[in-house]
Amino acid sequence: MDIQPKMPKSWNAATKPHKFCPGCGHGLILKALGQVIDEMGIQDRVVFGCDIGCSLLSWDFFNVDTVQTHHGRTTPVMVGIKKASPDRIVIAYMGDGGGYAIGSQHLVNAATRDDKITVILVNNTVYAMTGGQMAPTTMPGQKTETTPFGRDVAQAGYPMMGPEMVAAITQEGAYVARGSVARFRKLKEYIRKALENQLAMRGFSFVEALSTCPTNWRTNAEKTWEFVEKKMTEQYPLGELKVPVIKEG
Amino acid sequence: MGVIEGEKKAFMTGNEAVAWAALAAGAEIMYGYPITPQNEIMQYWTRLAPKHERKFLQTEDELSAGFTTIGGVLTGKRAFTATAGPGNVLMQEPMSMAEAMRIPTVVVVQQRGGPSTATVIYSQQEVTLTCFGGNGEGLRVVYSTSSHQELYDYTIKAFNTAWKYRFPTFVLADGYQAKMRESLVLYDPEERGIEMVPTEAFVGKPGMPGEDRPPAHLRNTYNIEEELEEVLKKDIQEYEQMAPEIIEYDEFNTDGADILVVAHGVVFRSAAIAVRKLADEGLKVGYFRPITLRPFPQEQLRQAAAKAKQLMVVESAYGQLLKIVKDNLYGMDLPIRTLLRPGVGVTPEEVVADLRTVLEGRED
Amino acid sequence: MGEAVRIAIAGEGGQGVQSVAMILTEAAALDGKEFLYIPNFGVEQRGGVSIAFVQISDEKIGAPKFKTGDIVIALSDRAVRRMGMHVGSETLFIYDAGIKGIDDDLPKNAKKVMAIPALEKANKELHPRVFNVLIMGAVIGVTKVVTLEKAKEAIEKKLGYKFEQNPELRELNFKALERGYQLVAEMGVA
Repeated sequence: MDIQPKMPKSWNAATKPHKFCPGCGHGLILKALGQVIDEMGIQDRVVFGCDIGCSLLSWDFFNVDTVQTHHGRTTPVMVGIKKASPDRIVIAYMGDGGGYAIGSQHLVNAATRDDKITVILVNNTVYAMTGGQMAPTTMPGQKTETTPFGRDVAQAGYPMMGPEMVAAITQEGAYVARGSVARFRKLKEYIRKALENQLAMRGFSFVEALSTCPTNWRTNAEKTWEFVEKKMTEQYPLGELKVPVIKEG
Repeated sequence: MGVIEGEKKAFMTGNEAVAWAALAAGAEIMYGYPITPQNEIMQYWTRLAPKHERKFLQTEDELSAGFTTIGGVLTGKRAFTATAGPGNVLMQEPMSMAEAMRIPTVVVVQQRGGPSTATVIYSQQEVTLTCFGGNGEGLRVVYSTSSHQELYDYTIKAFNTAWKYRFPTFVLADGYQAKMRESLVLYDPEERGIEMVPTEAFVGKPGMPGEDRPPAHLRNTYNIEEELEEVLKKDIQEYEQMAPEIIEYDEFNTDGADILVVAHGVVFRSAAIAVRKLADEGLKVGYFRPITLRPFPQEQLRQAAAKAKQLMVVESAYGQLLKIVKDNLYGMDLPIRTLLRPGVGVTPEEVVADLRTVLEGRED
Repeated sequence: MGEAVRIAIAGEGGQGVQSVAMILTEAAALDGKEFLYIPNFGVEQRGGVSIAFVQISDEKIGAPKFKTGDIVIALSDRAVRRMGMHVGSETLFIYDAGIKGIDDDLPKNAKKVMAIPALEKANKELHPRVFNVLIMGAVIGVTKVVTLEKAKEAIEKKLGYKFEQNPELRELNFKALERGYQLVAEMGVA
C-alpha cells in the first residue's frame, strides 16, 4: 500500500518534493501555514511573499499567488500590496536576516505603523543559504562561519529578541508570538491566530518560528532536535507575547 | 477619472504639475519618502488624493518606497513614487527588481547635485543612475522633460508606456523644474483622445489558484546561467523591438550644420534659444534633443550627426549625456566639443558665447 | 536674452520677497506674457537670504536662473552682499536706503546704483507690512514689465481672500503699489 503524506490543498503538488534540505524546519512551518490556509478557506485571497535566503525556495511552493522579492524587502512589498488592495491576505515570509538585519528597518516601521500584514519569520540562528554565517539570532557562544570561536558578545553584540521588540512597539490590536517546529500544534495555532488577526483587521501580526538547520549546524537528527527544542528555547522563550483583546459584539 | 474639467490654464511649480498629472492619469496610489527637491509632489498628492479617493503611504526610506510601489503595481493599480539624489541611489535596488520582473513602475526623478548629498538644488547628474542604475542592462524607459507642460504630459504618458511595454518607466526632471513656476495647461487625457492603457493584476486575479487558474509564481532568482540567459534574451529582444515605438526626440536646422548642439532636459531650453538666435543671424547651427534617454534615438542622432561638421554636448554633469552620445555615435568620426557644468545651470548666453568662440574661429 | 526682463529680488525671510515675485508673475500671466519664477532654495534656506529670480518676456524663457539681472533689488545688508554676483555692467542695482553698513559692499560694476527709501516711506505713509508691495511698485515703475492695472488685478487675485475680512487692506496695498511706482519716477529712474 502506498502511503502518501497528506499534503495541504493549498500546496502545489507539482513542485513536491520540495527543495529544502533534509531536516530543514521550513517544510514543517510551511505545512502548518498550508493547513491553516486550507482551514480558513483563504487560498484565493492570499499573497505570499518570500525573501532571499532559504525562504526563496518557497517561491513556487503553494497554489497561492507568490512574489519572491529582494533581501529584507518582502515586508515593504507586502505592505504595498495591502495598502493598494486591502482585501488581499498578505504574508511576508522571511528568515532572520531578512527580518532582523537588512530588513529590520522595514519590520520596525511596518510594526509601528500597525500595517495589517502578517510576518512569519523563520529563526534558525544562522544565515543558511550563504553557508552558515552569523545571524542576528546567533546565540552567545554559538559557532558559525563568521564566529568560528563562538559568538563573543563583546565583539559581535547580543542576539535580536524580535517578538519582544515587535510586542513593545505595536498597538493594542497586534498579535505577536514565538513558536517552534518542535511544538508543531502550538506553532500552527499561532499562525492561525496571526492570520485571523489580519482578517479581522485588528493590527500587525507577527510569528517567529524557531527552526532547524542541520546542514549548517552540522548536527545529526538527534542533536538537531535537541538544539531547537532545548538549546534555542533557553534564549528564545516560546509563547504568545501579545494577544489583542477581542471585543465581543 | 474626470479629475479636470476641460482644459485648465494653470501657473504652478513643476512638483505640483506632477501631482496633477498623476491624478489625471488615474494613478491610484503614491508611495514616497521625503527628499528635496521633490517633497512637494507628495505634499500636493496627499492634499488632492482624499478628494479623488486615491491613496498614499509615506514609507520609512526610498528602498521601501520603491518596493511598496512594486507591491501596488503587482495588484494591478497605477502606482508611482518620486525621488532624487541619494534617494535615487537607494531606488536602484527596487528598480532592479522591477526591471528583472517586468513590473511597470513609474518613478519621477528630480535631479539634484551629486554625488552624495551635494546640493538639494539642481543638476543633470543622475542620468547614468536613472538610465543604467542597478545591476542590470538598463531595460527601462527614461523621459527627460524640459518644461512644465512636458512634465505634465510625460507623467501621464509614463503610466501608459509602463503598462503597455512593461518596463520600469522614469520621468527625469530636476530641481529647477521642480521648484520654478511657469504656466501650463492641465487636461483630462481622455478628453484629448489619449486612451489610458488598462492595468492588469499580477497577483490576486479572480479564481482559485491551482484550480480555476495557475497560481502566480513570480521570482527574480534562477539556478543556472542558461536559465537567466533565456529570460534576458527575451526581455532584451522585446526592449529592442519596442524601442522605435517609444523613442522621441527633437531637432532643428541639422542640414549642413557647422555645429550640432546636443542637450536634454532644462539645459535644452537654453541650447534651443542659443541655437535659434545664431541661426537667425544666418549661422549654421542646429540642435538635437533626445527626449527619451532610454531607449536613445540612436538612428536619428546618427543621421543628424552625419550632416554636421562637429557636435557640441551641453549638460549640467561631467559627461553623463556625453558618454551616451559617444556610445551611440560609435564609428562616426567627428569632433565633439563639450560644455560640461556639473551641478550648475547653463544659460543661453553661455551656450551662445561658446558657439561664437568656435564659429568665429577663436579658441580659448 | 533680447526681450526678457530679468529681475532678482533678495531680502531676509519675512520681508515678503517671494510674495512680490508671485504677484509679479501672476500679473505677467494676466497680461498674457511668458514668465518664469524660481526661488533660491538650499539647505541654508532657513535663515539664509531669500532670493527670487523672475523673468518676464514676450518670448519663451530659457534657463530658470540667470547670471546677471537687468534689475537687482536688495532689501537687507546680507542681501546686498549676496547679490553682488548677479550684477553686471547693464544692471540697475536698487537697495533700501535704510540699510546700514554696506557702503563698501555695494557693487562697483553696475550701470547704476540707487538707494530708495522704501521702508521709510512704508513706515511713515502706509504700514510696514506693505513694504514689499511698495518695492513691487518700484520694480514695475522701472521696468514697465507689467501695467499697474494688471498688478492690481494680480494683488486682488492673490490677496483677495484677506481683503474680504479687511477691506482697508486693499486700499493700503494699492496705495503702496502706486507709491513705489511714483517714487522711482520722482527719483528719475522710471
